[in-house]
Amino acid sequence: MSKIVVGISDQKLCKAPDILVTYALGSCVGICMIDKVLGIAGLAHIMLPDSSAIPSDANKFKFADTAIKLLYDNMIRNGAAASRITAKIAGGANMFAVTSPSLSIGDRNVEATKAALAKLRVPIIASDTGLNYGRTITFNAADGALEVMSSLKGNKTI
Amino acid sequence: MINSYDDLSPVQLDVLKEIGNIGSGNAATALSQLLNRSIDMQVPQVRLMDIGDAITALGSPDKLVVGILIRLQADADGMIMFLLEEPFAKTIVTGLTGEKPFSLYEMSADDISVLSEIGNIMGGSYVNAIANLSGMTIDMSVPALTTDMLGAIMTVPATELSEAYERVLMISEQFLIDSVEIQSNMLLIPTVKTLRMLLGKLGADL
Repeated sequence: MSKIVVGISDQKLCKAPDILVTYALGSCVGICMIDKVLGIAGLAHIMLPDSSAIPSDANKFKFADTAIKLLYDNMIRNGAAASRITAKIAGGANMFAVTSPSLSIGDRNVEATKAALAKLRVPIIASDTGLNYGRTITFNAADGALEVMSSLKGNKTI
Repeated sequence: MINSYDDLSPVQLDVLKEIGNIGSGNAATALSQLLNRSIDMQVPQVRLMDIGDAITALGSPDKLVVGILIRLQADADGMIMFLLEEPFAKTIVTGLTGEKPFSLYEMSADDISVLSEIGNIMGGSYVNAIANLSGMTIDMSVPALTTDMLGAIMTVPATELSEAYERVLMISEQFLIDSVEIQSNMLLIPTVKTLRMLLGKLGADL
């Protein structure tokens, strides 16, 4: 078993028994997809909701709309069956609760993530989003367990 | 014409460094008065860096730190972010409230308000330096504080500001208080528009 680290604005796939990990999600969202039958898992770490808001930025891994589509396509290309792919999501915190003038980036990231997954008809079977603290997550390709760890708020598996 | 941080000339970088130096001197004086102790400081390190490099420079993304966020308004637009590690937080809190066990994992409401006020005072030191040198009017928001993973805190400047740019001015200061060395790290993050205006006012817009 090896641990594969996914950076910010990055995404990776792995096969069981490997594990995907991404550190310190704040307002960012981690999107995990899995085909449990084949043990193929993917994790994308997005920073911003909408690629069309910043056309000059060509990093498709950075935005929820483009990154989630790419992760899904990559799952399919590696043999995952569209009908079996499920998702779990975590992150999208509002780190400084009082400072945002409008809807926080964290909230917007979660909304955009849900919209992108709905468009692909990928069901979200578990989530741990919002609130005001950072999360480090590990996603296990063998059983689809998503472990969510925080500094001060404890750990949980969803 | 500055359209991004990448367009800064060496002279313009020096101007920003000088602002960092003056602000740091002001901050050390303010801290010294507040703690009623003599504080020595080394020449601060002022670096223009990627947000990702700033995280790497400060440690691993899941390291626990105190983040204090102050927004800049009026003529200026941007933010100041302090990233304080436990030795700094402990020195300040116990210096002001008396010796006691202190841990970032178990801070009281009083500890948090002490550190917020320190952020306010130190932030004011830099903002006053900028305002005095440039003649700009700069308002500061009330500081917002959180204790969390370094990487998670840094998503705030990274996401909110990456719509325009991804560079930050990191000012690291080593203070020597009663022969204990502590470091504070401050990120000064003006928008590119504010940066352009500031350099223009300082005559460094060529």
